[in-house]
Amino acid sequence: MSDLILSAHHLTKTYTQRSGKFGFGTTQVKALDDVSIGLKAGTTLAVVGESGSGKSTLARCLLQLQPLDSGEVIFEGKDLAKLSGSELRHTRRDLQMVFQDPFASLNPRMRIGKIVGEGLLIHRLGTLAEQQAQVIRMLKRVGLSEADMQKYPHEFSGGQRQRIGIARALILQPKVVVCDEPVSALDVSIQAQILLLLKELQQEMSLSYIFISHDLRVVRHIADEVVVMYKGKVVEQGAVNDIYQSPAQDYTRNLLNAIPGRKHAAMAST
Amino acid sequence: MRAMLIKSLSNPLAMLGFIIIAAVLLFALFAPVLAPFDPDAIDVKSILLSPSPQHWMGTDGLGRDVFSRMLFGARISLLVGIVAVGIATIIGIVLGAISGYYRGWVDVLIMRLVDVMLSIPTFFLILAVIAFLTPSIWNIMIVIGLTSWMGVTRLVRAEFMSLHGREFVLASQALGARDGRLIFKHLLPNSLTPIIVSSVLGVASAVLIESGLSFLGLGVQAPQASWGNILTDGKEYIEFAWWLSLFPGLAILITVLGYNLLGEGLRDALDPRTANKSS
Repeated sequence: MSDLILSAHHLTKTYTQRSGKFGFGTTQVKALDDVSIGLKAGTTLAVVGESGSGKSTLARCLLQLQPLDSGEVIFEGKDLAKLSGSELRHTRRDLQMVFQDPFASLNPRMRIGKIVGEGLLIHRLGTLAEQQAQVIRMLKRVGLSEADMQKYPHEFSGGQRQRIGIARALILQPKVVVCDEPVSALDVSIQAQILLLLKELQQEMSLSYIFISHDLRVVRHIADEVVVMYKGKVVEQGAVNDIYQSPAQDYTRNLLNAIPGRKHAAMAST
Repeated sequence: MRAMLIKSLSNPLAMLGFIIIAAVLLFALFAPVLAPFDPDAIDVKSILLSPSPQHWMGTDGLGRDVFSRMLFGARISLLVGIVAVGIATIIGIVLGAISGYYRGWVDVLIMRLVDVMLSIPTFFLILAVIAFLTPSIWNIMIVIGLTSWMGVTRLVRAEFMSLHGREFVLASQALGARDGRLIFKHLLPNSLTPIIVSSVLGVASAVLIESGLSFLGLGVQAPQASWGNILTDGKEYIEFAWWLSLFPGLAILITVLGYNLLGEGLRDALDPRTANKSS
């Protein structure tokens, strides 16, 4: 398909763990085992799987925050691993990330204005006053106020912090945003608000999302396509409705059955 | 930073430490005003007087007023402590940051250097080095600084390593930040609190080392007063002039205790497990 904005081919990543009585032995953990995915421009690709299935590693490897063992990540025709340091930093403008833990993803010693404006500062976009104005606009867009610029992260709730994290990622007007379980640390009522915000922003800014989650209920609301991962491998991928209606793999069926309130329906259909 | 100070001072022992250090600081600062006599003035008519309203801590074998000498000794003690720890902390931050951020062979190299330095008994290394140099307060400060950076280095390295995987650091990296921004805006500010704690505790040991060196005659040279060399002068008369040994000994003890109490109070206040309980 030619309208892929971001694609990954045959990614592998192995962690070496020390094991055995005195740490002399080593165990190889395959976090990514020949993973290939493709993201179409303007759509949302969800990556689902249980804890330890390599989802977060995939997110970090896609953005070159962790080195890959092998495989390539192609963004707009460029292999990210082959870019030089400064080319990669420049390209990062277009590839942003929203993190899982709203309490760990904001520097506790920085004011919100600085956190949100950091990307503009790094890429020297506009004068200081323009940057300031844009930070205010972005904060207002995600539902915070201008006065919040002077506050520190610990003064906010989890949902508000996640809004700050989203503002930080989107202020650079990226093309692709990797959301690594952006709502899994939040209360269910807040989850819906954040998902709605992400959806609205996707339309306004024509963003493409890679949405990582273990929660299939959430995925159903936001995704166009789904990739199911298990133990570092992609076990199934396809359009969201196909996966929900006729899962081809046992593992996918198990995941679907794990959704509360859905078990009955699934059992009735088998 | 201010909140952290307030929180640590709510601990009574830390408060005591803070008061002790503040008192020593004030005594040192206003030594010329507070001292009733010239600390170096020899008075042969009043040799080895016991403490009296006129000479609060008595006089020494040359008739000098011990209280005045103690006040000026506090300056030495404080200066050595702060400058030596300052040197050690700067070296420690630079090496620890390089080690913890870049890892790889640089890290191995720096850590082996730390191991080598730690395997040498510091006090004897300082003695050996000072023996070759002319003993002066500046040499002491530099040598103490150059031999006590290992702890800070390890601390900063460990902090950097644990922070490096944290999401806010990854976020900045994802924004396109360079190494300098990651180190100075994200990693270092979040490593500062344990560095401060270890520095305060480090001052205590620097004060002890200086006193020890001065006691052995390799530190601050007469006639300049230091708690260590007042103690040395006192040991000749210890059988009948107890005040010459007691007051400098007590001063060293109380000051070191003060730094330790303050340092430990800060550490408790900054420890997230205890901090969450009290807030």
